[in-house]
Amino acid sequence: MFSRTALSAAAGQAIRPRRNPLLSPRFAVLQKSFLSTETRQAIDKAVASAPVVLFMKGTPEMPQCGFSRASIQILGLQGVNPQKFTAFNVLEDEELRAGIKEYSEWPTIPQLYVDKEFIGGTDILMSMHQDGSLAKLLEEKDILIPAESDSSSSS
Amino acid sequence: MASSQTPMEDTIRQKITETFAPTSLEIFNDSHKHAHHQAMQGSTSKETHFRVNIVSDSFKSKMQPARHRMVYTLLKDELAAEGGIHALQLKTKTVDEAEKAKAKESSSS
Repeated sequence: MFSRTALSAAAGQAIRPRRNPLLSPRFAVLQKSFLSTETRQAIDKAVASAPVVLFMKGTPEMPQCGFSRASIQILGLQGVNPQKFTAFNVLEDEELRAGIKEYSEWPTIPQLYVDKEFIGGTDILMSMHQDGSLAKLLEEKDILIPAESDSSSSS
Repeated sequence: MASSQTPMEDTIRQKITETFAPTSLEIFNDSHKHAHHQAMQGSTSKETHFRVNIVSDSFKSKMQPARHRMVYTLLKDELAAEGGIHALQLKTKTVDEAEKAKAKESSSS
């Protein structure tokens, strides 16, 4: 259903250059725990690449983890417009995988962003799906498949 | 003294109990369901996947992501450790919310 798996083109490129101005031994400890500017900028871009962005393990067609699968299913059930959705496969990019955890201050994957705002992981998505707040959020942000095209294109 | 068969679960229980003083705490070890999961290849730990339901007023006036972050921060070392916690499912409710959920459940059934 979600065919646009834009893989981290943006993330991949920007992440590569490794010239860190803080490469003095004094900062060696800091470096480990702080996201590099390049990685942060690449993730900024990824988060802004669509109204709904999911960082997941695997692709929407072939999730590699049950929690990622469940998140995709929920977004599908909600009727998220595929054109407003992008998924990033963290398994294909180790820097993204490590970086997104620090960027979001969230230790697990998947992670959902809506309009650049961190929403949560599968548990939060699931409870928002159940209590109706996810439908409300997606509707307010105009992210769902329009109702008319839904009925005309049903097969 | 015999060492615990469930050191990770014990740690989770102890840390959450100390920090959040929960009125209810349920910890489920789902690791066996995920033993064949690709990411678990080479792992011998029987304590990788947990489901934790916490009811505590420490969560009052905090949004869900903030509540989950409180738990993640508390268990930071356990989540980061090689062979540590791989997946952590959380339900974080306040006492009020838990009572409301209960009332809803019993009225709808």
